[in-house]
Formats: sequence, C-alpha cells, structure tokens
Amino acid sequence: MTSKVKAVVMEAKDIERALTRIAHEILERNKGIKDLVLIGIKSRGEVLAERLAVKIKSIEGTEVPCGALDITFYRDDTDTHQPDKAPEQTELPFDVTGKKVILVDDVLYTGRSARAAIDEIIDFGRPTAIQLAVLVDRGHREFPIHADYVGKNIPSSAKEEVLVRVKERDGKDEVVIAESEK
Amino acid sequence: MTWKSKDLLTLEELSASEIQTILDTASSFKEVSTRSVKKVPALRGRTVVLFFQEPSTRTRVSFELAAKRLSADILNVQTASSSLVKGETLIDTLKTLESMTIDALVVRHKCSGVPLMLANMTNATVINAGDGFHEHPTQGLLDLLTIREQKGKIEGLTVTIIGDITHSRVARSNIHGLQKMGAKVRVCAPTTLMPMGIEKMGVEVYHDLDKALKDTDVVYVLRLQLERQKKNLFPTIREYSILYGVTNERLKRAKKDAIVMHPGPMNRGVEISSGVADGPASVIDEQVTNGVAVRMAVLYLLKGEKTQGENA
Repeated sequence: MTSKVKAVVMEAKDIERALTRIAHEILERNKGIKDLVLIGIKSRGEVLAERLAVKIKSIEGTEVPCGALDITFYRDDTDTHQPDKAPEQTELPFDVTGKKVILVDDVLYTGRSARAAIDEIIDFGRPTAIQLAVLVDRGHREFPIHADYVGKNIPSSAKEEVLVRVKERDGKDEVVIAESEK
Repeated sequence: MTWKSKDLLTLEELSASEIQTILDTASSFKEVSTRSVKKVPALRGRTVVLFFQEPSTRTRVSFELAAKRLSADILNVQTASSSLVKGETLIDTLKTLESMTIDALVVRHKCSGVPLMLANMTNATVINAGDGFHEHPTQGLLDLLTIREQKGKIEGLTVTIIGDITHSRVARSNIHGLQKMGAKVRVCAPTTLMPMGIEKMGVEVYHDLDKALKDTDVVYVLRLQLERQKKNLFPTIREYSILYGVTNERLKRAKKDAIVMHPGPMNRGVEISSGVADGPASVIDEQVTNGVAVRMAVLYLLKGEKTQGENA
C-alpha cells in the first residue's frame, strides 16, 4: 500500500502552536497539574505526549508524569490486520488509580484505537478520569468517542489518509493528507 | 512482518528474520507479566488445547500461563486421563478435538514427527512442545531470547552445549536457532551420547569438557536423562559427573562473563553443581521467565495467520 501526498495541512509551526494551546487548555480544565498524568499511544502519540509534558512544565514549573501505551494486544481487528512491526512495550511508570489521565494520540478517526487504549488503561487501575487529546480529528467516528482537546479538525474522505509526521520518528514535523492507493 | 506458516514445528524451518520477529514480540509480552493485572485480551475467545502425551511440568505450565495471559480458553488433554489409554488412536483423538472447533493444539509426544503428522491433518494451528529426539522449538526460542538479553546479541558468540546430545531435542532446536542467528556452536559429550554425523550440522565436536569450555560465552548444560542409563551408555552417574559435570572449577575455562543455562529439570550434583546452578553466572531462572513470554509471542503470532490467505 503506497500513498501520494495531496496537501500539507499543518506545518511545524502550526503543530507547535496547537500543542501549546492544548497544554493551556489541559491546565485550565483541570485547574493545574494535581493528579495529572499524560499517556501517549505509540508511536506518535507518545512523542506528542512528551512534547505536551515539556510545555506543561514550562508553564507550571513542575514535571507531569508521562507514559506510553502499545495497544496492539487490545485491538479489535487482530483477526484481519497484520501488524507491520513487532509490538512495542507499554510503559506506565506510575499507578493510574486516582489519576486524571490525559490520553494523547496523533489522529482521531474511527475511535477504535482510543477504545483499545481506554480498555488497556483500566486494566492497570481506576483513574478518576480519562480525557482525550489529539493533534488531528478527521471525523468518521464508529464509536461514541469524542476528543476533549483537538489541535485541528480536518474533515477528510474515507479514501484519504491523514498522516502525522514528527521529527523524532520521521525527521520532520508536519501533517499531510494523502490519497491511499491500495 | 508477515507470518506465513500455520504451525510452529521446528526451528530448522524458520528464517533468521522470523526468529527475530518472535524474539521482538516476546520482549513486549514480558512487560505484560510484570503488570498487576497480567492479562491482555489478544486471544479472547480462542481455544488452545494442551495435548501432552509425555510428562512435563514446566513446558505445560508455561504454555498454560501464556495462553491464559492472552485470555484464551485452555483445555488440558493428558495421556493418563484421556481416551488414548482406552485404545483410541491419536488421529481419532485429534478428530474429536477438532470437531469441538479448537484453534490451536500444543503437542508434546515421545515420537518424533507426531506434531508434523497432526499439523498436516488439521486446520488448527499446531505448536510442537517437544517431539521425541527431534525438536523443542519454544525451548530454543526462549534460550535465544535469554542469550540476547544477557549478551545484547547472539551473532558471533560461542555457545557450548554439554550432555546427552543424541537424545536431546533441546540441543537440536538450539543448534538450528543459534546457527541461524550467527552463533558458533560446540557440542560436548561422551561418544556414546554423541549422535553420528552431528558435525554435518556445522557444529564443533568435543569429547573433553575443558577444551570445549575454553573461551566460550554461553555454557549450555543439558539434563542427563537418567532413565536412559539402563542402556549402559555411560558406566556410572558418578563417572559422568566427574568427566562432564559443570562445576565452578571447570567454569573458569570459559570466558569471565560467561553465562550458564539449563533447560530443567536439573540433576544437581550430576551434570551441574549447585554452586554453578545458584551462582552468579546462572541465568536459569531468566530462562523460565522468558519461556512464558516466548510462548505468548508464538501463540499470538500464529493465531493471526488464518486471515493471511484472504488478505493476499
């Protein structure tokens, strides 16, 4: 499966600004950082969660614990979907019980990844709340899931792909829309 | 990462990259076993039959735990309590199990080749948990994972396997696996316990333990199968122990940072001294821990196979 880039919808600066705003919104909504933890969905959600943690620290002066989930074992399409790489490890260096979890992902689409991530988190304990932060919401939800914090709404066609690229993994920060050619 | 095969029968048939995939996947599953809720829903609704026709504790328990931690349903079928003792043939037993729509069959049998025969007769995934003197692939994989974790690599290492090579399926799986991953393998045994033509597998053959241990990175001690002593393959256990038992004194010939492995169950004081088994070089407990992770990885990877044909 290859894909042809149609348009760049967010550049590095745009991503930066969106994350700064989301960091402020998280703090505003939760009235500070008490009991707050960030959990990114691997792999790009993890990178975004780490960046949000840096931003929150620069605003509040205190570190927010940061973890990462690999949701492979919780997917609902393991019968039909062959992963293209070996699953990675889930790393939650804290107890989620009693915490306000900010779940971070790059793109919110069908909502199935978010469902898997929520299931995995509650297998670890009982957080007081889980809020969802995404860089891009592209619509087409199949589950009753909505994002609490959205970097940018990008209405898209189901035939298209929305790809978030980050420096740490892809060498460049950008969000592009691509035509998928199956 | 695509998984072609329906079954896991041998390490001989796997490629280096397939072994790599299993080891990488197993590393992720290790973390699951450290959680307070040691369970993920990856195999929910699947039925795994543990079909053990030969005594086994650790392999069966390890597979059972692996399947449970993946949320699969487990059925234990053992010789003593199954219809096989009433004279039912193996094939009829398989057909009966298959009629109950099972997804995977984990087989241990005293005859080499039984898992292959069953695999050819069923649509279920068949995993070889040890067949006769042939192979024990998940043991080989957990050993590779342990070596990779302890040494950071497998390629370029010298591994010495000591003991009853002839009757050891563990040795055969390890020889295949280690060579594919680029390690140099030595085998060391008295001539009566060394199979003819073993050098054709590309291993170095030794009969002197001290020479075999020289500059080795991994010392792999096999269990002396005492039940075979009846055949007079070695004069006495005491003599075997003196010539081939791994002690701290003998271990000095190996590299300073060498690790010692044993597939269990150990005959302490025979093939391995307690000083070595419980000493700083021993990674025997890690092998057991990795066994669960490797078996989770194998069950997980093989169950995804069913849809391969439809997608392609």
